[in-house]
Amino acid sequence: MYQIIKQILKTGIKTETPPQHDDALRVEAQRLQENILRHVGRALTIRHVDAGSCNGCELEIHALNNAYYNIEGLGIRFVASPRHADMLLVTGPVSRHMEIALRRTYDATPEPKLVVAVGDCGCDGGLFSPDNSCGDKGESYASCGRIANVIPVDVAVPGCPPTPIMLMQAILTAITSGGKT
Amino acid sequence: MKLDEFAADFPELPGALSIRRGSVNASQFRDGCAQVRHDGGRLVALWGSDERADDAGYALHVALIDSAGMLCLTLPVSAERPAYPDISDLFPAASRMQRAVADLLGLHASGADDSRKWLRHASWPDKVHPLRKDFDGTCAFPAGTDAYPFVTVTGDGVHEIPVGPVHAGIIEPGHFRFSIIGDRVLRLEERLGYKHKGIEKRFESISLEQGAKLAGRVSGDSTVAYAWAYAMAAESIAGITPPDQALWMRALFLERERVANHLGDLGYLGNDVALSFGFAQFWILKEQVLRNNAALFGHRYLMDKIIPGGVTLGLQMPDKRVIEEECSMLERELGVLRSIYEEHAGVQDRFIGAGRVTPALAAQLGLCGLPGRASAQAWDARVQFPCAPYDKLGVQMMTHANGDVAARAALRFEELFESLRLQREILINLIGGDELSNPVKSLPGHAFGVGMVEGWRGEVMVAIHTDAHGKLARVHPHDPSWQNWPVLEHAILNNIVPDFPLINKSFNLSYAGQDL
Repeated sequence: MYQIIKQILKTGIKTETPPQHDDALRVEAQRLQENILRHVGRALTIRHVDAGSCNGCELEIHALNNAYYNIEGLGIRFVASPRHADMLLVTGPVSRHMEIALRRTYDATPEPKLVVAVGDCGCDGGLFSPDNSCGDKGESYASCGRIANVIPVDVAVPGCPPTPIMLMQAILTAITSGGKT
Repeated sequence: MKLDEFAADFPELPGALSIRRGSVNASQFRDGCAQVRHDGGRLVALWGSDERADDAGYALHVALIDSAGMLCLTLPVSAERPAYPDISDLFPAASRMQRAVADLLGLHASGADDSRKWLRHASWPDKVHPLRKDFDGTCAFPAGTDAYPFVTVTGDGVHEIPVGPVHAGIIEPGHFRFSIIGDRVLRLEERLGYKHKGIEKRFESISLEQGAKLAGRVSGDSTVAYAWAYAMAAESIAGITPPDQALWMRALFLERERVANHLGDLGYLGNDVALSFGFAQFWILKEQVLRNNAALFGHRYLMDKIIPGGVTLGLQMPDKRVIEEECSMLERELGVLRSIYEEHAGVQDRFIGAGRVTPALAAQLGLCGLPGRASAQAWDARVQFPCAPYDKLGVQMMTHANGDVAARAALRFEELFESLRLQREILINLIGGDELSNPVKSLPGHAFGVGMVEGWRGEVMVAIHTDAHGKLARVHPHDPSWQNWPVLEHAILNNIVPDFPLINKSFNLSYAGQDL
């Protein structure tokens, strides 16, 4: 016990100032009202869904919980069930084998809800998309492409993978009114 | 017949690894596999290819290793009767690989016990095989129904817990079917393939250069290992050796990837036994490594830094100090944290004896990589098949015999210290200079090459076949998780359900890498 306390004291507080939101990441105009966001913004619960990523984005989502980014310090928490969640943080591309699971997870999340699509693959299907796919949706026999092909997306954050700072920006953007009152 | 005699006529492939490759008939195929098994060797990978463009039907390939090196056998398979002899009796790990070959290419293992589908769920119909050349990878089928016959356990008080594909934490998707009595696990059956996104088909329509990026995203946490294995395979085909400095840089990247992942795992192992202090401490250390990666190399996980022929950037000499200081800091902190983990009664109570895989079982099932070494399976490609620069580094392999969570955690500490030692050695040999790559501009036609690298999970292998024009005809990336997932089903037996997250984390296997 003595060693643990000594180590904690020696480590000190690592948490850094969080970034500001960034309206450029918005896919759709903010759908939720300011008065709802004011409540959500102080105690946001997130359900992460990996819909077919390479596991790279997950590494950075894990990092959000480390002492430097300390996302829980902002009142933002990852929860174990979509029924407890205000937001889905979805990595992709959406494999066809995960399509139903993703839709069900979305349906199981109570309204009002927000969706943040994570990473280049979440935004447009990424490297896994055939070049000659229909539109820019990035579909193939095994991939439905971007997250927005399967469920509505509020904010999309590119990057391979997006850094924890970019992820925080995206999450904070989703819970900022963007002028809508 | 000894393996040496069997493979005496097989030509050796050029490149960093000692690999012999031969074409065999069905009985030689079985004999070769049986001989490797008899000599204590292992199956690394099994995959198929469509050779109908050359009027040669299909082909089945296996990569085997024994103490002498790697042996690749290719068995031609007729297009009219696409079947080959089962080898899952010799190598249990072959079973799922054979099922995947049946799904993707329509080649069947005659006599196999388990012929259920594996990577196919409901996204494409039975009898349709995505890796056949006449299959259009951009097409999509209406979703069907996915009936999968799980093995059911019956009896008084037995019930099932289905878990996933969406799990409770920040984890990749997969399905676990537990059959339990009370809290005790009688059987676990895994169902994977949820992340199948057609990576192997995708390789067939992209360039060598794009392929390097895609290889680096088979499993994002092992991007260095995959990119290196892919580059090694391409270099073997092209007959190109990267400059010395590039090889040293690759080893530096690979050890840094190992350090980052082992640190993260040790943090989560603490977290899973309610020592959140461990998570906080190890993830501070991991973040510092990632930040140094970003500052020195421009990417936190070192993606796209390894290309066929070399690397994209070197290390500036003044920056050596950053890594040296990081190594010293990590050695100091790891010493403290290891003693805290070792002396913490609650941690040790949960770690010791949980998820035990005995050395005998590990050998039988072919457990490999870090979990293998924790169960006395002394395999490490850096030690047995040291490609440059590991031939100059003298990697010290550590093994444990207990095969439990405690052994896998202890091994991570030991491998971390060894990786830090290796990084210091590598820094001494990095002398700078501009020569970072001998570019691989094109590949010859009808060629074959293999690369294998000891990633942090275990051996990562990539095989490349080129077509008549030297384009990528078939690329098969192989993750060590193929071997280790089935062993997890055994490791959990007779443990309690609440210990599953801990045991699972102590293996930390890849879903993306095996779903492809």
